[in-house]
Amino acid sequence: MTDTIFSTAFRSRNIVLGVSLTAIFALASLVSLIWTPYDVTQFEIANKLQTPSATHWFGTDHFGRDILSMIMVGAQTSIAVAIVAVVIGMGLGVPLGLAAAARCGSLLDEIIMRGNDLVFAFPSLLIAIMITAVFGPSALNAIIAIGIFNIPVFARLTRGAALSLWTRDYILSARVSGKGATRISIEHILPNVMNLLIVQGTIQFSLGILAEAALSYVGLGVQPPTPSWGRMLADSQTLISLAPHMALFPGFAIILTVLGLNLAGDGLRDLLDPRLRRVGR
Amino acid sequence: MLRFALKRLGSLVISLIVASLVIFSCIEVVPGDPASFMLGINAQPDTIAALREELGLNSSLPERYFSWISGMLTGDLGTSYTYRSPVSEIVAERLVISLPLATYALSLTVLIAFPVGVLAATRRGSVADISVMGATQLGVAIPNFWFAMLMVLVFAINLRWFSAGGFPGWDAGFFAAMKALTLPAIALALPQASILARVMRSSLLDTLSEDYIRTARAKGLSKRQALWRHALRNALIPVLTIIGLQFSFLLAGAIIIENVFFLPGLGRLVFQAISQRDLIVVESVVMLLVFAVIVVNFLVDLAYAWVDPRLRSRV
Repeated sequence: MTDTIFSTAFRSRNIVLGVSLTAIFALASLVSLIWTPYDVTQFEIANKLQTPSATHWFGTDHFGRDILSMIMVGAQTSIAVAIVAVVIGMGLGVPLGLAAAARCGSLLDEIIMRGNDLVFAFPSLLIAIMITAVFGPSALNAIIAIGIFNIPVFARLTRGAALSLWTRDYILSARVSGKGATRISIEHILPNVMNLLIVQGTIQFSLGILAEAALSYVGLGVQPPTPSWGRMLADSQTLISLAPHMALFPGFAIILTVLGLNLAGDGLRDLLDPRLRRVGR
Repeated sequence: MLRFALKRLGSLVISLIVASLVIFSCIEVVPGDPASFMLGINAQPDTIAALREELGLNSSLPERYFSWISGMLTGDLGTSYTYRSPVSEIVAERLVISLPLATYALSLTVLIAFPVGVLAATRRGSVADISVMGATQLGVAIPNFWFAMLMVLVFAINLRWFSAGGFPGWDAGFFAAMKALTLPAIALALPQASILARVMRSSLLDTLSEDYIRTARAKGLSKRQALWRHALRNALIPVLTIIGLQFSFLLAGAIIIENVFFLPGLGRLVFQAISQRDLIVVESVVMLLVFAVIVVNFLVDLAYAWVDPRLRSRV
């Protein structure tokens, strides 16, 4: 069984391309934990604004830091923020969605769904702005702001998928055998919505990377000196005519990671649930 | 229809009340004393006391909440601490930039997405379809502020067709003002147009496979006639909802894009207010934006139910 899934996956261009792109950046961030070509905390003003060369593949920034090294370390920030935000969204959203589906039509369901609508009404950036206005900008606040916005996405998806499962015969037989709603949700519903959750997780992961970049770009996310792709773009803005490479490479890093995750998500969706193929946007 | 509208209106009001409570508690309750927060740690006690008096912080929380809300309802958004002028005036000045910008971007989005989506759907599997799908995949992945920076580099710095930022004001003439908004609007429209083109394509593919299209073709309509008379109209329904949702993303996106182009709109106002710790401005502007998003989605829901009566029963 697994053998066929892997061989099908390998034939899907989307998955191969998407997973490879994502893997490159995940690997870069892991490698940067122990080694980077240059030290990103070291300023070498004599070397500032160098164009790409054999010694500095992606050039250097206005403080003479190696841009390739900064992109590697920046990958840590982007990936960590986006992953934790997805974990928050799933950790809270999935139980809420399961509970809403198990008690469909009840007051609990109503409260959960209206709460979701409400979070949807605040664009995530507005939540981030409010949080940073009060608590000050930091990576943690960026994670919370992105994570809160992920909760309704997962809650809604889980509820929708779980609702259709509750009408199935095997759920009925589980109920007849005396299992409670909580146990059924965990033992029977959750495993069956897992595929959907993984696909949505990839998509939210890529949106999280874009959101983190945007927040850091306007100074509401990760604070210097921690390198982050959004901050690198912010730094490059005033120097863009002098050193366009400072803007190009972090931009490419964001695009390729997001593209990789989206392609992987599309491919996984087709692979795990062919019925959903048409719904894809 | 009336029952549906009333029910939706009820949930609109509840959403607005809860949203206002969330914003109020975030801004006025969580930071402890807003007056000392706004003045910073070096403030003299009598300055803080004066500001507390000015902000009405000596009254109880429910009193403050109701006076804020009743002010909002009558158009009084309070007085900005840093600008020393009514927030409603500042917002009005900024709105004449942000609103046209959002409208401009939304028009571009629709103008790009519709033809592209229709082209891709009607030539499914062709080179055109595959390039559209590839381009939109890329369009979703590009951060729009980065795209904005590149456009500044190419069109403002190198080609000198546009200015790199700033706004001449509507007094400078309609075309000069629109020209200043063009690059920001394109930057805002890029990801939204990519999303909308994909929705348009998949929605049209769905309707094109319906039985009534086959019937229309059987009765002698050409492919083109069936598309224009029957398929497009039905395919537009989900597209409408997405356009409504995109409005909120355009507003949020505008906050960032206005900063790239130094446009003195609502977005820049929010950032300036945050750095100046002017909580009154942050509170009112955030509430206004949320209000706009909730009302637009309400209107889209109504339009949706009006176009498609099947939805009225499903609230």
